[in-house]
Amino acid sequence: MISMIQFSDVLAWIHQLLSSCMAPWLVFIIELVVASVAAVVALLVCVIIMVYMERKVAGHMQLRHGPNRVGWHGVCQLFADIIKLLLKECFTPTRADKLLFVVAPVLSLCVSLLALAPISWGPGLVLWNTNIGVLFVTAISSMGVIGILMAGWSSNNKYALMGAMRSGAQIVSYELSAGLSIVAIVALAGTLNTGGIIESQANGWWILKGHLPAFFAFIIYIIASTAECNRAPFDLAEAESELTAGYHTEYSGMQFGIFYLNEYINMGVVSMVASTLFLGGWQPFYLPFDFAWAHTFNDIMALKFMETWPAWISWVSLAWPLVWFFGKLFLIIFFMMWFRWTFPRLRIDQLLKLEWKYLLPLSIVNLVIIALLVVLGLHF
Amino acid sequence: MKALYNYLKEVAFAFVSLANGLLLTLKYFVTPWKSIITENYPDNRNNPSVADEFAGEVILIHDENNEHKCTACTLCQLACPNNSIQIISKQVETEDGKKKKVLDKWVYHLEMCTFCKQCIDACPQDAIKMTNSYELSCFDRSTLTKILNQPGSKLKEKPKVTAKVQE
Repeated sequence: MISMIQFSDVLAWIHQLLSSCMAPWLVFIIELVVASVAAVVALLVCVIIMVYMERKVAGHMQLRHGPNRVGWHGVCQLFADIIKLLLKECFTPTRADKLLFVVAPVLSLCVSLLALAPISWGPGLVLWNTNIGVLFVTAISSMGVIGILMAGWSSNNKYALMGAMRSGAQIVSYELSAGLSIVAIVALAGTLNTGGIIESQANGWWILKGHLPAFFAFIIYIIASTAECNRAPFDLAEAESELTAGYHTEYSGMQFGIFYLNEYINMGVVSMVASTLFLGGWQPFYLPFDFAWAHTFNDIMALKFMETWPAWISWVSLAWPLVWFFGKLFLIIFFMMWFRWTFPRLRIDQLLKLEWKYLLPLSIVNLVIIALLVVLGLHF
Repeated sequence: MKALYNYLKEVAFAFVSLANGLLLTLKYFVTPWKSIITENYPDNRNNPSVADEFAGEVILIHDENNEHKCTACTLCQLACPNNSIQIISKQVETEDGKKKKVLDKWVYHLEMCTFCKQCIDACPQDAIKMTNSYELSCFDRSTLTKILNQPGSKLKEKPKVTAKVQE
């Protein structure tokens, strides 16, 4: 795709256009605002699709239709729900800690949006191109529990507090194996920069290039990140049947809506990280083999045949990495929904046993094997 | 070594059993036209598919001669957990001068019925059954108290055993 239009060209063109008519500091601020709004809007559109998808997946897996009243096959159901949530009163209990109660949803939303900063959406399309991208995401995503703990504590409700405490125990333990499986890929790629990790997969995704250990790391990461998102089968923080709604029992209206949104944003971020690390981010599917047919396949995947086409068609190829990025995003999100609507919820002791007795030892052994692979140069 | 082998076997078995569950739900997900069992109820009101076993309103079975099988033994009344059945019987004198208890009114309080099917199980004569009807709401509560035996109906005579012997 070298001769074709790149995202960096488009961004440079926009930068030039703004610089020609404004002061540099104003250009900087405008670019900052436009870029972050674009990222958040892209994510919110994803969330809208995810909520509809979740309800349909849930319905069909439970032998139901799912929403099918508002609009064609219920596509407008979410908008009706949002209008309902906006019209409802945001009720604060009398005995609640009022400041923390109001701050908690906003804080958890901010934290999960912060994790978007170093995500690479396409070639050259990254908000904050930093050399500690993956470290930043893991650090920020473990802060999400603060919002949940605040909500549980300030509600002054037993259910809410128990849900929040469980969530704390759960996120602290599952951070470990998620982190170790991320470290495995970082060891393979040799960089913490998200763009760099994706570019290191230009000849095949790590899940294929890293042999079986990378595949195990992927499975462990998916399990651990499902737990970090507080999603079933690890939804002990909410646990509808035991704790009514867990940490957001006392929330209503749009404050509840923000927690709901937050869950889906977290899912989105986790899936983006998983696709960046294991499935090559915006890279198309490449085969890591050195045969003639594999090269032909890789050339087709890289849209090499489009180079001879007229320039205006090659604009279409701009969307190609985005198609792969969002395709992988929704594939992993589908996996998480599939887990949620298949598995029953774990008990708190089973949850901690799974992490400390199974996932953590396995991921440590896995990391050692991957380190050996890297040292001996056995990966592709 | 044995402990390590058991540990790994447990992990592998866990993944296999999880995969079984995942495949089942995936099958449901990709073939919704086959697997979905809910009905688009108000839309398909004209031809809903209701299972034969569906427990709806209780009826007393009458045949073409307006005869039922109820002997007024009140076992259904005793079996009913919330008194929605009242069997009112009367004494009649047969031709050969014997006194006999026959059914006068089979009173069914639909408003108290929970459709538990225990009366159907209790009936020794199979005189009552449950229909598939489910649109049972109405505006006036008194219309829910029903008398199930049709006017003029009588007990179905059992075929005489002696008649068979004579043949």
